[in-house]
Amino acid sequence: MTIATKQNLESIVGAPRPAKILSVDRNTDDVWTLRLEGQGAFGPGQFNMLYVLGVGEVPISISGSPGKTDELLHTVRGVGGVTNAITSLKAGQSVGVRGPFGTSWPMAAAKGRDVVIVTGGIGLAPLRPAIYHIIENRADYGKVSLLYGARTPKEMLYADEFDSWRETGDIEVLTTVDAAIGAWDGDVGVVTTLIPRASADISDAVAMICGPEVMTRFTVAGLAERNQSKDNIYVSLERNMKCGTAHCGHCQLGPKFVCKDGPVFKFTDVAHWFEKREV
Amino acid sequence: MTQTQGSVAELLKNHPFFEDFAEKYRESLLECGRPVSFKKGEEVFLTGEQANDFFLINKGRVAIQVPASGGNPISIQTVRPGSVLGWSWLIPPHIWRFDATALDDVEGVAMDGRCLRGKVEVDHELAYELLQRFTRVMADRLENTRIQLLDIYGRGNE
Ligand SMILES: Cc1cc2nc3c(=O)[nH]c(=O)nc-3n(C[C@H](O)[C@H](O)[C@H](O)COP(=O)(O)OP(=O)(O)OC[C@H]3O[C@@H](n4cnc5c(N)ncnc54)[C@H](O)[C@@H]3O)c2cc1C
Ligand code: FES
Repeated sequence: MTIATKQNLESIVGAPRPAKILSVDRNTDDVWTLRLEGQGAFGPGQFNMLYVLGVGEVPISISGSPGKTDELLHTVRGVGGVTNAITSLKAGQSVGVRGPFGTSWPMAAAKGRDVVIVTGGIGLAPLRPAIYHIIENRADYGKVSLLYGARTPKEMLYADEFDSWRETGDIEVLTTVDAAIGAWDGDVGVVTTLIPRASADISDAVAMICGPEVMTRFTVAGLAERNQSKDNIYVSLERNMKCGTAHCGHCQLGPKFVCKDGPVFKFTDVAHWFEKREV
Repeated sequence: MTQTQGSVAELLKNHPFFEDFAEKYRESLLECGRPVSFKKGEEVFLTGEQANDFFLINKGRVAIQVPASGGNPISIQTVRPGSVLGWSWLIPPHIWRFDATALDDVEGVAMDGRCLRGKVEVDHELAYELLQRFTRVMADRLENTRIQLLDIYGRGNE
């Protein structure tokens, strides 16, 4: 593997392609979904590098349906310089796109099996393509449980789609929040408290987990308590990225590059890094 | 709060809290229990009130809440069927520290804390059995509260 210098990086990774923004929808106070012109095929869980001229470039997962290649959806939470610049863009403007990069959720390995999806907050965005894929190929999968947690009800992403996922998609959607003020009559408690309630057979299901690493760690422990083999667990990891193509070394996790070997990993391949205190 | 007809013996037998509980103890507790039901939205107990009971929930969910100004309580946990609600009856000064409100139509058994306290004072084996079960519930809640405090959906390493 050649580690690129700053000077020759762009010549190696290529320049971003400008993509027109077709529409922008607000999901929550600080999360927006951009609908861009399509870029062709991608796998559920893959990401693009989105570039705002004069501000910078960041990795953002693709959040739309892999079956719909005429549009490209990205759901972005504004947390800093680049993401706030992306969420300020309007329909008609353009954003630079490089990708798609990285590995996908194990949709083929999950065929014929139950699936349990555990996620929190913005982590639902990289999993939505997997959910759409399952709904579009429903007969290929057994019972599917989505366990989703958020800090508060108003921070829940895509809540307006949950009923259709349940009814049309035959997906069990269980939600919980850390705290709720006023009228919320759903569950309150952390996402791991939903694990015992999933109707998917956890001991034999394929698990897909996306969230901050602390959430992933507690979720893996919760699944293990229900006899889930760690071999069936897949996790999505985040690291700072620059090239997205395994050249710059920014996203390195031991011998692995999160941009190329991930972001979706088999848990057993990265378990060692979860157990380390400082990575 | 209304009383329902379901037999307390039946309800205690089927509740996970009393799984593997010796028959003799379950029988001795029967006289402390009474069936209860709460309508959706009804208060189960309120902060500051005397904590005389604990509840075995069989049907429906109960929200544990902190009263807040402006009339909108903050829900901090949901207790589901198969769980127990309340341990203030066990710990002096036996005062509820939170509100509890039925989120659905709720059915269960209320166990009278004074009756229970009387029994465990004289039967230490029973006391041990009960404490073991409550300790497990408390440990679970404590662990979940700790995870909640970690703000596990937070922003990366922020
Ligand atoms: C593979 C991959 C997929 C991603 N998919 C998405 C997505 O679909 N939607 C989305 O909104 N974000 C996603 N992210 C995170 C996103 O890339 C970061 O939020 C972004 O890089 C922050 O850049 P910034 O310039 O806006 O903020 P910075 O100025 O770099 O940071 C501002 C603040 O945000 C925090 N921060 C930085 N990086 C992250 C991070 N990765 N996650 C959370 N907080 C962070 C920092 O600690 C800091 O407090 C993904 C990251 C990776 C690696
Ligand atoms: S981002 Fe450059 S090596 Fe992964």
